[in-house]
Amino acid sequence: MTAPAARAYRPPAPLGGRPRVRGEGRRTLTALAFLAPALLILGAFVAWPMISAFRLSFTDASGFGAEDWVGLDNYIRVFTDPDILDAMVNTLWYTVLFTPTAVVSALLLALVLNSPALPFRGFFRTALFLPFIVSLAVAAFAWSYLLDPRLGLVNYWLQGAGVQLGDVLEDPVLAMPAVALVAVWKNFGFYMVIFLAGLQDIPASLYEAARMDGAGAGRRFTNVTLPLLSNTFAFVLIFALIAALQAFDQIYVMTGGGPYGHTQTIVMEIYESGFRKLDLGFASALSYVLLIATLLLSVVQFVFFGRREKDLG
Amino acid sequence: MTAVGLRAPRPRIRPASVVTFLVMAVVTAFVLLPVAIIIFTAFKPVAEVNAYPPTLLPTEWTLDNLIRILEELPFARLALNSVIFAGGVTLCALVFDSLAAYALARIDFRGRGVLLVLIIASLMIPFQATLIPVYQLVAELGWINTYQGLIAPRAADAFGIFLLRQFFLALPRDLDNAARIDGASEFRVFRSVVLPNVVPALMTLGVFTFVNNWNDLLWPLVFTNQAEMGTITSGLTLLTGPGGIIPYGVMMAGSLLAVVPLVIGFLFVQRRFIDNIATTGLK
Repeated sequence: MTAPAARAYRPPAPLGGRPRVRGEGRRTLTALAFLAPALLILGAFVAWPMISAFRLSFTDASGFGAEDWVGLDNYIRVFTDPDILDAMVNTLWYTVLFTPTAVVSALLLALVLNSPALPFRGFFRTALFLPFIVSLAVAAFAWSYLLDPRLGLVNYWLQGAGVQLGDVLEDPVLAMPAVALVAVWKNFGFYMVIFLAGLQDIPASLYEAARMDGAGAGRRFTNVTLPLLSNTFAFVLIFALIAALQAFDQIYVMTGGGPYGHTQTIVMEIYESGFRKLDLGFASALSYVLLIATLLLSVVQFVFFGRREKDLG
Repeated sequence: MTAVGLRAPRPRIRPASVVTFLVMAVVTAFVLLPVAIIIFTAFKPVAEVNAYPPTLLPTEWTLDNLIRILEELPFARLALNSVIFAGGVTLCALVFDSLAAYALARIDFRGRGVLLVLIIASLMIPFQATLIPVYQLVAELGWINTYQGLIAPRAADAFGIFLLRQFFLALPRDLDNAARIDGASEFRVFRSVVLPNVVPALMTLGVFTFVNNWNDLLWPLVFTNQAEMGTITSGLTLLTGPGGIIPYGVMMAGSLLAVVPLVIGFLFVQRRFIDNIATTGLK
């Protein structure tokens, strides 16, 4: 692949023979005019707030006028406050529950859906993608009802199978798996579609060759599918990890962070300290910790995608 | 069903594929269970919603829950807010993102590389991380509880710019060069030559943006604090009362009303939409 940037549009020199530099200046102005609205929005609502959040994170801002510089106090609090440390552990635990489950289930279903022998593939694909367009909040209502200790269908069926779940959302151990499950339910369809696209990019001839060499289905999967899917896999993994770090909606609706803070995550803490307790300085410090965690993951992504990004130019 | 269908080459049905089919059918049924529970519970009378043992299908269908949700929430107003918020963001983002993407993909200018890197870098900033200063800015502008407060901060986004740029890059150069030689202005080339060729990409980004904003909970919770300025999604959370007593039937009716417009719209565009998100920006 050649870098598309190299083929970028360069208008032919005007017949009048104007100096090229002026043409370039005009092109820059035109380009900036095209970019202006987007840059204005991104500047005002992304770039500036980032700088502003950084400054706030060193103050005791409460949103009511006076704010004092407190140095690293907020950051020290982030890493010493037992509630926040619990929230970090919870976020990690949530990530560990959500990410592998979502990614593996998406991959398995994509592999099955990729087989031409399966009837009604289109129907399955649409049906399994459907949860992605249902909001997490609405999904959380439906799952709360399904898991209700007395009225829930899932609970009732499991009882029939001899499994006593009790009140899952009030259970300190089971509440987090339950909210993670809802996120898996909502997101795996999206990841599945991305995997499907990756699978369809693998040339059929490679499978033919492997088959001729006597490779069974298992070997074809480990020696052809997995290596060629590694880029897609890394992409989905990073997507899922970032989604996990930002968990909010379903937790807000299903447990509100309970029982006893067992499902309290970083974003829940940002929302509560920022918009309930109006402790803006502290919430900003917390935001920056989240931002840095996300950036670290993105760096990992760039290591994985380094070559591809260059290709995209 | 039809004679044509019968004449189509019949794939050999192997036992293995029958097993996979059955497994997939069961998996899909479980995945669709929450959707089914929303639909069926919405039409159940209260007695059946609270009956033990629980059932999936209502024995008696009723519109009581739907009537009650319309009484308990200013539903028409919330729906209007959702449409204005999600639609407004989508419209603005499509215009601003496509303009920016065009410049980044089709115009060769100084500083393009730097801008592109900055825009891609901003993709990695979670919106939660900048929520507080954005809130302060919106508050200073006096835009809390207004549509512009909900819409403006999202009127352009890095993801959309990046996605559309990938599409613009894929178009052949001759297309716009020919128009330029004919004397068309850069905006004319953008609007009349390039834009009509990326309609599927615009559609995909549009659906994506609309669905995400329609469904977003944290955003409307933060930028509105009056019930009548909320969206359907944020309005529904008001139903989980402080006592923790949850009227499931009413809630499912509300959920149904929140989901139905999206599902209907999605079923119309799903084939192209799924294909497009699967292929755009990822290859």
